[in-house]
Amino acid sequence: MKEITITTNKISNMVDGHFHAWGWEVPLYLFLGGLTAGILIITAVMAFRKRQDGFKLSAGKLSLWAPIILSLGMISLFLDIKHKLFVWRFYTAFEITSPMSWGSWVLLLIYPLSFLLILATIRESYPGLFSFVNKFLSALKLDVLFKKLTEFSEKNHKIIAGITIPFAITLGIYTGILLSAFGSRPFWNSSMLGPLFLVSGLSSAVAMVLILSNENEERSLFTKVDIALLLTEGIFILLFLIGLATSSAQYKAALTLITGGALTPSFWIFIVMFGLFIPLLLELLELNGRKINPKLAPALVIAGGLFLRFIIVEAGQMNSWLPY
Amino acid sequence: MKKYGMVIDTKLCVGCGACVVACKTENDVPEGLHRDWLVEEVTGKFPNLHMEIRSERCNHCSDTPCVSSCPTGASHIKKGSNIVKVDPNKCTGCQACVVSCPYNARFVMPEGYVSKCTFCDHRVEKGESPACASVCPTHAIVFGDLNNPMSRVSRLLRARKFKTIIPEAGTDPNVYYLI
Amino acid sequence: MASNFTRRDFIKISGYGAVGSVVSGKLINGKSSPESKPPESNVRKTPTFCAMCTFKCAGWAYTRDGAPWKLTGHKDDHHSNGRLCTKGTGGWGTYTDPDRLKTPLIRTGKRGEQYFKEVSWDEAFEYIALKLKKIAEEHGPECVALLTHGSDGSFFKQLLKAYGSSNIAAPSYGSCRGPREEAYILTYGEPVDSPERTDMSNSKCLVFIGTHIGENTHSSQVKEFGDALANGATVITVDPRFSTAASKSDHWLPIKPGTDMALLLAWINVIISEELYDKQFVKNNTTGFELLKTHVEKYTPEWAYTETTIKPDVIRKTARIMAKNAPATLVHPGRMVVWYGDDTQRVRTGAILNALLGNWGKKGGFFNPLKADVPGYPHPPYPKPSKTWRDAFPGKFELANLALSSGICYASIPSVDKSCSFKGWIVYGTNAMRTMPDRAKTLEAIQNLDLLVAVDILPMEITGWADVILPECSYLERYGELRVTSGKKAQIALRMPALDPLYNSKPSWWMVKKLADKLGLNEYFKWKNVEEYLDLRLTKAGTSLKELKKKGVITLPDDTPIYYNKNEKIEFDTESGKIELYSQLLEEHGFDPIPVYKRHENPPEDYFRLLVGRSPFHAFGRTTNNPILTQLQNENHVWINTLIAKDWDLKNGQYIKLENQDGVVSNKIRVKVTERIRPDSVYMVHGFGHTNKFLKKAYLRGADDSTLITKVHTDEIMGGTGMRGNFVTFIT
Repeated sequence: MKEITITTNKISNMVDGHFHAWGWEVPLYLFLGGLTAGILIITAVMAFRKRQDGFKLSAGKLSLWAPIILSLGMISLFLDIKHKLFVWRFYTAFEITSPMSWGSWVLLLIYPLSFLLILATIRESYPGLFSFVNKFLSALKLDVLFKKLTEFSEKNHKIIAGITIPFAITLGIYTGILLSAFGSRPFWNSSMLGPLFLVSGLSSAVAMVLILSNENEERSLFTKVDIALLLTEGIFILLFLIGLATSSAQYKAALTLITGGALTPSFWIFIVMFGLFIPLLLELLELNGRKINPKLAPALVIAGGLFLRFIIVEAGQMNSWLPY
Repeated sequence: MKKYGMVIDTKLCVGCGACVVACKTENDVPEGLHRDWLVEEVTGKFPNLHMEIRSERCNHCSDTPCVSSCPTGASHIKKGSNIVKVDPNKCTGCQACVVSCPYNARFVMPEGYVSKCTFCDHRVEKGESPACASVCPTHAIVFGDLNNPMSRVSRLLRARKFKTIIPEAGTDPNVYYLI
Repeated sequence: MASNFTRRDFIKISGYGAVGSVVSGKLINGKSSPESKPPESNVRKTPTFCAMCTFKCAGWAYTRDGAPWKLTGHKDDHHSNGRLCTKGTGGWGTYTDPDRLKTPLIRTGKRGEQYFKEVSWDEAFEYIALKLKKIAEEHGPECVALLTHGSDGSFFKQLLKAYGSSNIAAPSYGSCRGPREEAYILTYGEPVDSPERTDMSNSKCLVFIGTHIGENTHSSQVKEFGDALANGATVITVDPRFSTAASKSDHWLPIKPGTDMALLLAWINVIISEELYDKQFVKNNTTGFELLKTHVEKYTPEWAYTETTIKPDVIRKTARIMAKNAPATLVHPGRMVVWYGDDTQRVRTGAILNALLGNWGKKGGFFNPLKADVPGYPHPPYPKPSKTWRDAFPGKFELANLALSSGICYASIPSVDKSCSFKGWIVYGTNAMRTMPDRAKTLEAIQNLDLLVAVDILPMEITGWADVILPECSYLERYGELRVTSGKKAQIALRMPALDPLYNSKPSWWMVKKLADKLGLNEYFKWKNVEEYLDLRLTKAGTSLKELKKKGVITLPDDTPIYYNKNEKIEFDTESGKIELYSQLLEEHGFDPIPVYKRHENPPEDYFRLLVGRSPFHAFGRTTNNPILTQLQNENHVWINTLIAKDWDLKNGQYIKLENQDGVVSNKIRVKVTERIRPDSVYMVHGFGHTNKFLKKAYLRGADDSTLITKVHTDEIMGGTGMRGNFVTFIT
């Protein structure tokens, strides 16, 4: 047994006896970023479907949510950073080794793409909004440009969607890599986090469709998609845990946080039980014709996705190479 | 190129904390924040005990996760040396570097930017040693150029058994502890 | 260590405060970040010597743009060797402490209730002078005493002597190192003094018995200990606790507390019976060897084992190591030695052991210190007092060479049989409630005073009970008395102000000068100001204030050797002119001429012996409110052995209270569960648990040991207040 004491009372970044630099803002940002990626992937993929009637939400209306949710994520990130007047510094450099730098530039490209995706279906999905914006822009004499842009987007919908997909996947994976790139944090230091967060973001976006959509055909398709995603997510989590369990001592120690340690109940109850297993069960029952509140399963999926970010961000900070 | 390093003799360190206070005053480190600190590690059972006391700080690593994780280039390596510094005018306070450091050597200043040990580079430029080394009553902290084979740090590392802290974190630290 | 920072606080500070702090950090402080600011702008350095403790290390006080920056050691200084300790380096915290006393105060409420009115300096002096004159008329000036700690008490000493009293006591005598000085005076005719005349840098074997250098960070002592370690000296540490020094030792002897003298006697037994002592030295320079030899025959290592729990082979082995390295072996005399009431005898046992090793005046043993000769400022002869504190204790403590603060304290409590009862105290820079044990007695004494003046920088327990509080400026804001201490060099050091005094605080020389005017004693203080006082004294010593202002420390040429030659016959300032292994003087006064081991009380069941020491980060209670040093440590812990903690179900970091054998309960204190202490003892550092609410950082942080020390074992020889005979149990 070792008695280790920091005798000079060091409290930098230490809260309740463990390292704690990132609060609620970063996990929320990661969740919203993943959700945005999911939304963009769904709307982009739907652009390639031949038959779009019966899929009004996923093929059209949903696209409007992408920049809104992304902006909420950006606000969350802004709340996290401490030297706020210097936020513009993200865009005076591109640091090739920094996932955060990659992320900030990808986010910058995501915005125009998501706007073009909105314009591609805006006349059909949001005619009221379209005429409002048109009116507003005509006052600024920009309505012609807007119209041209809209027509361009409609005409090149598939091309735009095709370009969006890789960027959206990058965004989704980035939310995981942001954490997994930290070699100093064994809990995060797993390449599974990228795919896991991507799948989780997608399943949250699908859950959003299930909550917002009223069309049976769309609901039924996306319920199936969600089942597939939840299964994948479950497998990825399992692989993530296996990765930790079969790695060196420090990684095994990190694993104990959720296998008996402080975060065990929250991980297994909120992520695995309520975030994966129960919604999966509910959706399977629903497909088999059972009458269940249709919004319950997707709500649990979204909550589970949020918890996943929160608990993983916390766990990574609670465990490090140093025992003090 | 200078490769600055510190060699700290745990056999001489009495854990008096003068290094911590000298650093705080030399560098105006705000209340509650520390660029260096003391760790006491006791092993064994009464009465067969061993204690190691270490004055710890940023290791000015050769492989710097704090620099590579910084999205703005604020966290950087000072030209012509291996001293890891933060430029407050580029720092957004995102704390990627804070989280990336396995030694928990970085912290956020009340103003919002990240700060840390600079090896007192303002003193080093004038040929002085860092404040912590210059105050140590038992001369346990020795600072110098590891690239110079005749420097005291190099000679100590040749003559004595040493270790670094958590080398397995893979950062190739430049603060050595004589054991 | 555990912090009181909660997550919520942290989030509040770091998150919501961020936008505000971007603005306020830059603009309101008017101070930009250290990274962007050239640290050398408008820098000034002023010579000073430290007043954080009483070791008086010389250094430089740096200011930047007229604001405090840092403190560094003076490279020529034989106290600091260019390196100040933790406290010294954090000295500016004394200046910046917002809780400082700001203006003179006169008590308006009952004593101790802390109701004061702000007064002018003139009103304060008028009040004090009136009372002092009244006491002199009614009881005689001898009934006023000065309790002092710190070098600038010198001016108040002069004032008291001019007023007609010689009752000047430093608590550091009776409550700290008095028995050590007396033991060495009895044996060698000379004290150890401060800084200690120990030549540890050159020691080949060091023996620490109950002294914890490293945690006690007196600069040259730590430096010399470091030198010894670097040189590969063998270190033997005797301590019930695995102290820092113990952790650096080749041999740690975790002795049962209270039995140190048994071990020392057994060592002497081994060294004599195995004929390992320095025969030539003993023959030339000591008296009473044969008596000693017979005396220690019964103190065998086997006998000592049953007392000390230290195995006989360990005792023999360590004794042989000491002898092998002699005379470069030093049995360190310790510093805080008031433990069990037989302290003079115990320290004397160590002094005898040193004599057998022949290390007096030898390299690696005790060197012969040099001292600069600086004449005082001329003054008419002081009036001769007709009585002193000793008159209150007829036939007692006759061998005490200095005044006892506890003696003054007890003599302030009126009783029929005391022929000297104190009516007035001037307390300078010492928190008498805490520096003396047995708080109840101190309070009783205070309640019977006609005048209690407290001169201090910070509000302390004692200032709360004072009639008049005089706010002194910190040592960084004043000229002080010259430092003329002994050591390896004959040096003089100057303390001069680095900044002007804050608030309405004043230096002690100024207070004394003004008070002397009011008392009509100005003929004793003919100097106009302190610069004139210092310059005259320095000129007489062959230098000048101007030179000192520039250099800070000057070393006077003195080529007296600090070591004796081998086999040189030494003249000792004892009655026999030799080292007195057998003390005639002690015998004459009815004490054991050679130390005799006596058993001390053991803790009762479920009680543990209370051991006390120092934090390396604090100079006792004087710095536990310091804004810089409290960042390193802001409360103390009680060390409890792992097994005991398990029995009592105590967790690391948990708050408990301690209750002593007399039912006195401490403030709450955190537990440190550790292997580093014997199961029969607990340990805490002194200086925490302040009860003056005006000390905002220190108020009720941690526990105070001195309130738990209600049983005082008085040293019959010199009156020291033994404090280690108290036992505590845990209240969870």
